Amino acid sequence: MLSVVVFLPAAGALLVALAARSAGAARLIALAAVLAELGLTIALFAMFDRGAEGYQFVERAEWVPALGMQYLLGMDGVSAPLVLLNGILGVAAVLVSWRVETRARAYFAWLLILQTAVMGVFLSLDLVLFFIFWEVELAPMYFLISIWGTGRREYSAMKFLIYTFLGSAFMFAAIIALYLSFPGAERTFDMTVLAERDLTGLLLPAGLVFSGFLVAFAVKLPIFPLHTWLPDAHTDAPTAVSVMLAGVLLKMGGYGLIRINAGLFPDELRAAAPLLAALAVVNVLYGAFIVMRQSDLKRLVAYSSVSHMGFVVLGLSSLGATGASLTGVGLSGAAMQLFTHGVITGLLFVVVGLIYERAHTRHIPDLGGLMGRMPLIGAAFVLAGLASLGLPSTGGFVAELLVFLGTFSVYPWATGLAAFGVVLAAGYILWTAQRTLFGPQRPRWDAIEDATLVDVGAMAVLLVPIFVVGLYPRLLTDVFEAGLGPITARF
Amino acid sequence: MIGEAAAWLIVFLPIAAFALIALARPFAGGGARVSGYAAIAAIGAAFALSIWALRSTLGHEEAVGFASHSWFVVGDPGAGRGFEMTVGFLLDPLTGIMLVVVTGVSLLVQVYSQAYLKGDASYSRYFAYMALFTGSMLGLVTARNLIQLFVFWELVGLSSYLLIGFWHGRPAAADAAKKAFIVTRVGDFGFLLALLYLFAQGPAFAAQGLNPFEIPDLMAFAPSLAGSVAAWLALGLFAGAVGKSAQFPLHTWLPDAMEGPTPVSSLIHAATMVAAGVFLVARAFPLFEAGGGAALNTVALIGGVTALMAASMALVANDIKRVLAYSTISQLGFMFVALGAGLPAVAMFHLFTHAFFKCLLFLSAGSVHHAAHTFDMRYMGGLRKAMPWTYAAALIGALSLAGVFPLAGFWSKDEVLAGAWAGGYAASLGVAQAVFWMCVAASAMTAFYAFRMIYMTFHGEFRGGIDAVPAAEKQPYEEGEHVHLHESPWVMLLPMLLLAAAAIGAGYLGNATTDVLGIPAHWFAATLHHKAGDVHIGVAVLSSVVAAGGIGLATLMYVRGVSFPAPVEAALRPLGALLRNRYYLDHLYEGLLVRRIAYRGIFLAADWWDRRVVDGAADLTAWLGRNTGRALAQLQTGQAQAYGIAAALGAAAFILAYAVVR
Repeated sequence: MLSVVVFLPAAGALLVALAARSAGAARLIALAAVLAELGLTIALFAMFDRGAEGYQFVERAEWVPALGMQYLLGMDGVSAPLVLLNGILGVAAVLVSWRVETRARAYFAWLLILQTAVMGVFLSLDLVLFFIFWEVELAPMYFLISIWGTGRREYSAMKFLIYTFLGSAFMFAAIIALYLSFPGAERTFDMTVLAERDLTGLLLPAGLVFSGFLVAFAVKLPIFPLHTWLPDAHTDAPTAVSVMLAGVLLKMGGYGLIRINAGLFPDELRAAAPLLAALAVVNVLYGAFIVMRQSDLKRLVAYSSVSHMGFVVLGLSSLGATGASLTGVGLSGAAMQLFTHGVITGLLFVVVGLIYERAHTRHIPDLGGLMGRMPLIGAAFVLAGLASLGLPSTGGFVAELLVFLGTFSVYPWATGLAAFGVVLAAGYILWTAQRTLFGPQRPRWDAIEDATLVDVGAMAVLLVPIFVVGLYPRLLTDVFEAGLGPITARF
Repeated sequence: MIGEAAAWLIVFLPIAAFALIALARPFAGGGARVSGYAAIAAIGAAFALSIWALRSTLGHEEAVGFASHSWFVVGDPGAGRGFEMTVGFLLDPLTGIMLVVVTGVSLLVQVYSQAYLKGDASYSRYFAYMALFTGSMLGLVTARNLIQLFVFWELVGLSSYLLIGFWHGRPAAADAAKKAFIVTRVGDFGFLLALLYLFAQGPAFAAQGLNPFEIPDLMAFAPSLAGSVAAWLALGLFAGAVGKSAQFPLHTWLPDAMEGPTPVSSLIHAATMVAAGVFLVARAFPLFEAGGGAALNTVALIGGVTALMAASMALVANDIKRVLAYSTISQLGFMFVALGAGLPAVAMFHLFTHAFFKCLLFLSAGSVHHAAHTFDMRYMGGLRKAMPWTYAAALIGALSLAGVFPLAGFWSKDEVLAGAWAGGYAASLGVAQAVFWMCVAASAMTAFYAFRMIYMTFHGEFRGGIDAVPAAEKQPYEEGEHVHLHESPWVMLLPMLLLAAAAIGAGYLGNATTDVLGIPAHWFAATLHHKAGDVHIGVAVLSSVVAAGGIGLATLMYVRGVSFPAPVEAALRPLGALLRNRYYLDHLYEGLLVRRIAYRGIFLAADWWDRRVVDGAADLTAWLGRNTGRALAQLQTGQAQAYGIAAALGAAAFILAYAVVR
């Protein structure tokens, strides 16, 4: 089952590459693939035993027995929502690429391979397999940005590649160190086994191994000061890639922090928690300050991601608590934020892409008065923005509230400062909406059309989860509870 | 006794109307009149149910016992190590009264809006938002859980954002909507911190089997909280109330909010939005009591300062809606004075009467605009001849606002003043006295500006309306509008006349000193189970004299045309400039804080730092790496250069780190 979920998009990619004779065929095959994938992930989510801790649907096969490498897939409460998220975003990404004509076969093939790679990261329980999927994701991203991007696309693609790869080097070293630390027969890359082990007295100091993973994930999330690749990559990437990048690729970093840094190294994480809390505040406030100065819509949304990912780090830092204030509420919020930010910012990038396609500019001072011409796109923009600023009834509110509640009793000052990010978010979101959508209608937009049916599909597929999770958070909180319980229990 | 399902319908009928209108819009068209009927039907039904709900609460000591429902759980809240979100319908007399006020006022406003918005291309969007606005406010006043209340609190803010910016093609409207949302959110930040601080007290609640966010639990536990904890919690909630109820120093959004359609203003100023802050403090009153003088004195002082300051700004405003906006801010200040004086029943009583006369005044202003097509009173005058009914309605509203015996405003304002005079709350008597005299001064100003407004609008000769407004002062959307002097249609007049009746009678009948017409004495306060306000004859006489003085001065200046002697006039000129510039607070916030310090200071510096230093360092590293890489690349002919460089760099860093640690 999980293998099908992981490799179905790749099979779709193969089909696109071999069978599609035209751009139209390519996008239809791609759409069929992502829709099937979404159906699978929904089915998987529905079949998932919500109350149960531990991994489900586990698939295990020997791979390189001599080195203890396994083909090991499994899903628990931490990964289940992210798998669903990846399924949702895949559909949005294909729909929003509907008008891509340049080398469409290659484009859709790479897009599908990207989805497979991300799925593999979320479902791998063997560190080597995890690392391989982690690296595989780089190739489609590099090509998608450098070929179908805009602006300084080659610079941005290369920057993305180098940053991630540098981070990966640290992770790779950490994985090897972890492996070599045990005597022959006990050597393993199996995360489920490692999570049970006492990781003191490693080959390297445990803090160093922990830091190796931390750096890799901090680049991906991203955490200040390792974030500057993100605005460039976002700005120059095609719309669908921005959607995937903000929607699921950043989540790989958050997922890694929870699964590996918190899951394998509770003591080290506790020691690093004050630092994480401080970095979280920097991410939230510094990111928001910079958003205010951006004049490119995509860059603006990119920096808002930096700010919002700070809440994930803040929630993680709540594990630094001792005694009664260690509740797991903050960690649940962090996991929730991964999901909600994925759909919310995914939608923001969809909308920005649709606007760019029509107005041929993302320069905010040139925009304005678009609401009259595109009420549907404008309404989606406003709704996504409201969710992004944490309006209750949207998922964004639930996630941020849980992060704040869980962390306040541990780091009240850091939480209070970060919570001010919510006020700043209201500022930049509403100001952006005003400069883009409101004001007198301009003659130059007279020829602009509102969203097509396909565009509406791309927006709706993201809008629905934003409100479903906002109105009925139990859908996710129960699942996260089951997944995060064992992790919190070790603190 | 109302059942729980019926009670929930009060909240969800308007929200369902919103959803229905929004979904039907693409098919029915933007101007469909049926959307108005849908909203009116939903709110009308909610009104009927609200009366039932209020009746169900009367004579009961306790709230109607609807249980709460678990919404979601994280961790183990029973052991004080987790969070349980519950939702529930809290129906007590306070809620019952608010339900009737909100649905009643909203119903009248919707009826009136049908004529006011007639022909607007976004007619159905208007009624969708209005239904959402009403539903959100109803959700707020019925919430049993503080977070549930916060959710609707924010939705009220959202609806007002949508309605203030309803005409989003007008830059001023988009500005005002944004300002309203952001300024109130600054206050909500305090509310949020209070929620977080409350959660940090969770273990103490859990030990008693209580949930800190359940309002009945919180109120029962409040006396057991340490005084300073309760005070901080109360002040956090109060910060939210200051934003929502437009109190100093967060009052600046409300005068701008008049950019929305006028019936929206009447709803914002009367029953929804600004009433929410007063309601919140009344709802959480045990917490304020537990917070002691630190909490209550702050509330009273802020209220007193706001009452005086806002009234003074109304003295010089020329836009009729701006006068009314300052008036609302000022009257809300009176309500907070009553809360600070430990008299929530009195505050709610003033909220009750104010809802009627302020809604009436706004609807009158809308009616006037219907004829003169401008809100600028300098171009009005003499309208009583063309619109006698509107004149009568506005006059009743103004008399009630000025606190003239025996209209509704007199009774409630008098109780506020008497409460401030008694000063039962004050740790230091100085605060009580200062607040009392601020209120007296504000009362005099209120009478003056109310009648200045009446005289400038309705008396004297007509000064030309929109046709006389110089082209430079006109908004783009006012081009092509012309004066059409006529009385408004009955759809607009009828709600106004009903409100006028309430503005006359709601005071004495609402809280009479003796039994009258079968209504028991002090019905209102008794219903709320709070201390009744004392009637103080001396205070009543003083306030009447002060009101008469204000009206008299306005009559002298605006009917008789008497002006101040030249030296007095010259002395007052700087004061006038100060008032016309709204104490320069907008300049301070927007010009200095937001534009200079934040936008051109902090934000600019952060952006520069990020581009030059953080990213610059990365580019420098990459440059070094590239040149190293070139050297390395000579050794190999592989194409995945980038991989090679990065791998080499990563390995180098790793080896370096390892060496250092070893």
